[in-house]
Amino acid sequence: MTGGRVATLALSHFRSHRRTRLTFDGRPVAVHGPNGAGKTNLLEAVSLLSPGRGMRRAQAEEIIRRPEAIGWRIAAEVAGREVELRAEPGQPRTTRIDGKAAPQVGLARLARVLWLVPAMDRLWLEGAEGRRRFLDRMTLSFLPDHAEGVLAYEKAMRDRNRLLKDGVRDGRWYDALEVQMARHGAGIEARRRDALERLTAAQTKDGPFPAADLALIGPEEEVPETEAALLEAFGRSRPRDMAAGRTLVGPHRADLAGRYAAKDIEARLCSTGEQKALLISLILANARALRAETGQAPILLLDEVAAHLDADRRAALYEELLTLGGQAFLTGTGPELFAEFGPDAHHLSVTETGGESTVAEVST
Amino acid sequence: MDATRDIEELIALMARLPGLGPRSARRAVLHLLKKRDGQLLPLAQLLDRVGRSVRACLNCGNLSTGNICALCDSPKRATGVICVVEDVADLWAMERAQVFDGRYHVLGGTLSPLDDIGPDDLHIPKLRDRIAAEDVAEVILALNATVEGQTTAHYVASELAPTGVRVSSLAQGVPIGGELDYLDDGTLRAALTARKSF
Repeated sequence: MTGGRVATLALSHFRSHRRTRLTFDGRPVAVHGPNGAGKTNLLEAVSLLSPGRGMRRAQAEEIIRRPEAIGWRIAAEVAGREVELRAEPGQPRTTRIDGKAAPQVGLARLARVLWLVPAMDRLWLEGAEGRRRFLDRMTLSFLPDHAEGVLAYEKAMRDRNRLLKDGVRDGRWYDALEVQMARHGAGIEARRRDALERLTAAQTKDGPFPAADLALIGPEEEVPETEAALLEAFGRSRPRDMAAGRTLVGPHRADLAGRYAAKDIEARLCSTGEQKALLISLILANARALRAETGQAPILLLDEVAAHLDADRRAALYEELLTLGGQAFLTGTGPELFAEFGPDAHHLSVTETGGESTVAEVST
Repeated sequence: MDATRDIEELIALMARLPGLGPRSARRAVLHLLKKRDGQLLPLAQLLDRVGRSVRACLNCGNLSTGNICALCDSPKRATGVICVVEDVADLWAMERAQVFDGRYHVLGGTLSPLDDIGPDDLHIPKLRDRIAAEDVAEVILALNATVEGQTTAHYVASELAPTGVRVSSLAQGVPIGGELDYLDDGTLRAALTARKSF
């Protein structure tokens, strides 16, 4: 089963949560509380139930609760399976599914998790890396084997970069690595384009959130798409790459270009509010497409999203979340931000005393 | 006091073996000390003998007590086909399965720039020499289906291209007794691409 939801979540010594146990029934989860209370930590824990370093891109070490520093543990029931993540100090994080050690990428097949965090407010303004990561996360949600493909590509590219840095001139060694990079790179490109098509098809033209025109672009020219074109591009780029000491072409350099469709202007030139609305629009399109395809919407983590929306758009967002029927986690400073939900949401309040978060159920 | 230090040193050495930790090393050493005649002394003698006599086969890189290993020396092994493996452990795996009756060539690793392992660290020139010397018609690349393994396979294949020898590699796909439902997408794709007529 894919695209499942989180039924239980138990955190121990996870950032500000010394011991938190929660049960969810599938309704949107609205978490409110003052700044620094530990609301986002809850969402981060859910984000770690998908492959990667989660929505804060944190190292296992950073997550450890101070001052005890004895390591951390997340136990969750996801899509009917027991998932356990834990890390001891100085050790990398381990993943167990149903009591058995499992690779992190195995999580991609249990839950599909997408998020919007305040750090992404500048997504359209900053470097391509953030947009690429955003696209890859959406791609991964449609095509779980994207994670393995990206890892394999990056492994081969790290090796090639090392050769470039060391000034190695063995053409056959480059050939051998470039064959791997082209094979995995073409897969990455194809899956990204596939994801873009699905997103474009799932956007609504006249909904409360604006549609975006999306395109994959390269730093200078079009990113080569096919295995043969990539192979040729890597070979051609070798002298230039040698001078730079790294690989300058390939899917790791691709960028996601976004335009506000109705106004036909680049996303980066839109107002802050419009940029945010575009991101929400994409996340919702992604969720709709997944639901249409798999029958199940992904888990959405919307950190501090409600505060940036006017009342009408907020109500529209909540309505959309309820229609989607997938699991959603939202945070905001006050309960009034989630009043429109009423009893349709599961309300939690988070407070902090002496560096320890307490989560309480709020009845509506 | 010296004996205690020796034992501690022995435990520390044992703990560095793969699969052992400090706790299991302590147990093993204690066990050996209790079974001095039955296990400790024979083990010590055997370690000494193996340490003096075992070396890499000059021809294929397999472990051997002489210059040439038993497999290279055996008249029963078919000539003309060489199976290239990364490590002696892989050679043993092939031998356990009893699926190959030709000769081997142990590369001694895979290309890994980050670990400082380059073509010069692998026994590729010797492999090229053997192709002419042993009149080899086919080289089978039995390397891991990882990025390193496949990069190395590609490198070896291109190094061998000028010799004109036929180069093949192991198939990738559905394991014997495997259920499709449990296969990862990459393996399924490889299996589908490499499908054959029924």
